[in-house]
Amino acid sequence: MAKTLYDKLFDSHVVHEENGTALLYIDRHLVHEVTSPQAFEGLKIAGRKLWRINSVLAVPDHNVPTTDRSHGIADPISRLQVETLDQNCVDFGVTEFKMNDKRQGIVHVIGPEQGATLPGMTVVCGDSHTSTHGAFGALAHGIGTSEVEHVMATQCLVQKKSKAMQILVEGELGRGVTAKDVALAVIGRIGTAGGTGYAIEFAGSAIRSLSMEGRMTLCNMAIEAGARAGMVAVDDITIDYLKGRPYAPTEAQWDAAVAYWKTLHSDAGAQFDALVELKAEDIQPQVTWGTSPEMVTAINGRVPDPEQESDPTKRGGIERALQYMGLEANTPIESINIDKVFIGSCTNSRIEDLRAAAMVAKGKRVASNVKLAMVVPGSGLVKAQAEQEGLDRIFLDAGFEWREPGCSMCLAMNADRLEPGERCASTSNRNFEGRQGQGGRTHLVSPEMAAAAAVAGHFVDVRTML
Amino acid sequence: MQAFTQLNGVVAPLDRANVDTDAIIPKQFLKSIKRSGFGPNAFDEWRYLDHGEPGMDNSKRQINPDFVLNQPRYQGASILLTRENFGCGSSREHAPWALLDYGFRAIIAPSYADIFFNNCFKNGILPIILNADVVDSLFQAVEADEGYKLTVDLVTQTVNTPDGKSYPFEVDAFRKHCLLNGLDDIGLTLQHVDDIKTFEIKHKAAQPWLFN
Repeated sequence: MAKTLYDKLFDSHVVHEENGTALLYIDRHLVHEVTSPQAFEGLKIAGRKLWRINSVLAVPDHNVPTTDRSHGIADPISRLQVETLDQNCVDFGVTEFKMNDKRQGIVHVIGPEQGATLPGMTVVCGDSHTSTHGAFGALAHGIGTSEVEHVMATQCLVQKKSKAMQILVEGELGRGVTAKDVALAVIGRIGTAGGTGYAIEFAGSAIRSLSMEGRMTLCNMAIEAGARAGMVAVDDITIDYLKGRPYAPTEAQWDAAVAYWKTLHSDAGAQFDALVELKAEDIQPQVTWGTSPEMVTAINGRVPDPEQESDPTKRGGIERALQYMGLEANTPIESINIDKVFIGSCTNSRIEDLRAAAMVAKGKRVASNVKLAMVVPGSGLVKAQAEQEGLDRIFLDAGFEWREPGCSMCLAMNADRLEPGERCASTSNRNFEGRQGQGGRTHLVSPEMAAAAAVAGHFVDVRTML
Repeated sequence: MQAFTQLNGVVAPLDRANVDTDAIIPKQFLKSIKRSGFGPNAFDEWRYLDHGEPGMDNSKRQINPDFVLNQPRYQGASILLTRENFGCGSSREHAPWALLDYGFRAIIAPSYADIFFNNCFKNGILPIILNADVVDSLFQAVEADEGYKLTVDLVTQTVNTPDGKSYPFEVDAFRKHCLLNGLDDIGLTLQHVDDIKTFEIKHKAAQPWLFN
């Protein structure tokens, strides 16, 4: 029978199955400091060990400062959390890229960068954006801390199989239209619960044309559409990206791996439980206007009018969002001024994202009404590569700040945050109330659109600047 | 984990769709390395008028009188009634920890986000799905009747109203078994140690590069 990519990945990891509940074997477990301390503590209390130590790779990313780190972390509570990870990794023998390791970075950037994420793997992490790793033809999803402990102790996850959804994007994306815009357009179409209960496979010619960075951006945001897992079939782009990475196989193993990886696609005629189709040519640069990623429109659009919404729960949601965001109904998106710009996060902090933003910023200046425009590379290696390419000079000359790697203002667990009422053009993934700081107002955009907004001082169609 | 069999409790209504886990427990409280003590900061940004940080004495903070859970009639509630897609966003298990620590043992909504839904079962919270019309009628009943209580029965899989209506709900058999008995997943999985080891040998032979 023709199988979907999801079928192949799921079925090849079932250890045991009973009444539709499976024990699923986990190949790679990524760990960060926020969702792991209680799991390690649970193991210690129960006297349990890690089932397979070399499946685990740890890195601190949420709490780390993006400014000078030579004096450590100033906030004592953040510092304790990072030190707790360090200690747990020593106690359990886990490989950790510590804060001052040049390989340190956001967990969803470093996994692929190291080749620690490979096609055909099951990948978990106590972090919802683990869906990112599905870009490699892997089954990857976020788990809670109890499950982190469970995987540590048993190498397995108790799972029910999800339904499969195919999101098909055919055609060619226009200039200045990115994977981020595809992700936001999809969420705008199906809503933040549209993918609940599904594993999403992104397919079609527009997806096949995306780089690995673009595919990671897209799969990263599958969770914002409600799907725990997003994935893209393996092709030559996947294989070329992985060759020579530190954790990738070599020599004869490489050849065997590639032969297997090439089978990781949905078979012709495979049946999906749901199908969503978008035309690449219809997708415009996107900007969110509200407090949920589904509250999104094209750059040439307007803030919606709640009066036009007939569903009372939805109308209430729009009214509350506009009030929180300090926006009037029917305001053109391009007339919205911004206070801060954040280019970074596990969604958009890879080298291609930084190159694209730098191309827009090159030779220009951050507008005078923008108090802070910051670029936070996804890892120490991304940062080093960007500096080698001179991207840091472009940003600094334009008036951006050039920071150390980490999650930073995507969720503001470190010192980087919005003040109440501040409005931010952000390349991150969530515009929830308070996400970037209490009372902060987040608009999600692509790196190109964020750089363009920094220069203009308000949202602007980046296509007019290319 | 505390077992869940039957619960008779006051119902608190949170009339919003898409309540995300950032709202349930804001990020600054995730810096804790413990599982407990999150209750006073559940819904922190809605519940208080001032900005909360870990280590503050929450009893001295400015309460937001407009936030529904602060109304005297909903004090001591153990059942949370809410709308679609509850618990969306981050996978933080601190969200169910905060709800449990606050005193909620059951949630009723038309739908939940997947990761949050799963995390509830790991912590002895029962997330119940009832259809949107029933949820709507429960909102009206809670609004109309101060001290409105429901009885949730996991054994019979029903939500029972004071006026004798009974709404059945679905729950996965394995999850039900674990909740009813307060069972630790890890112990159950380790009953399959031999299966895991057998699988691992086969898996390693087929894809040795996964074990480098």
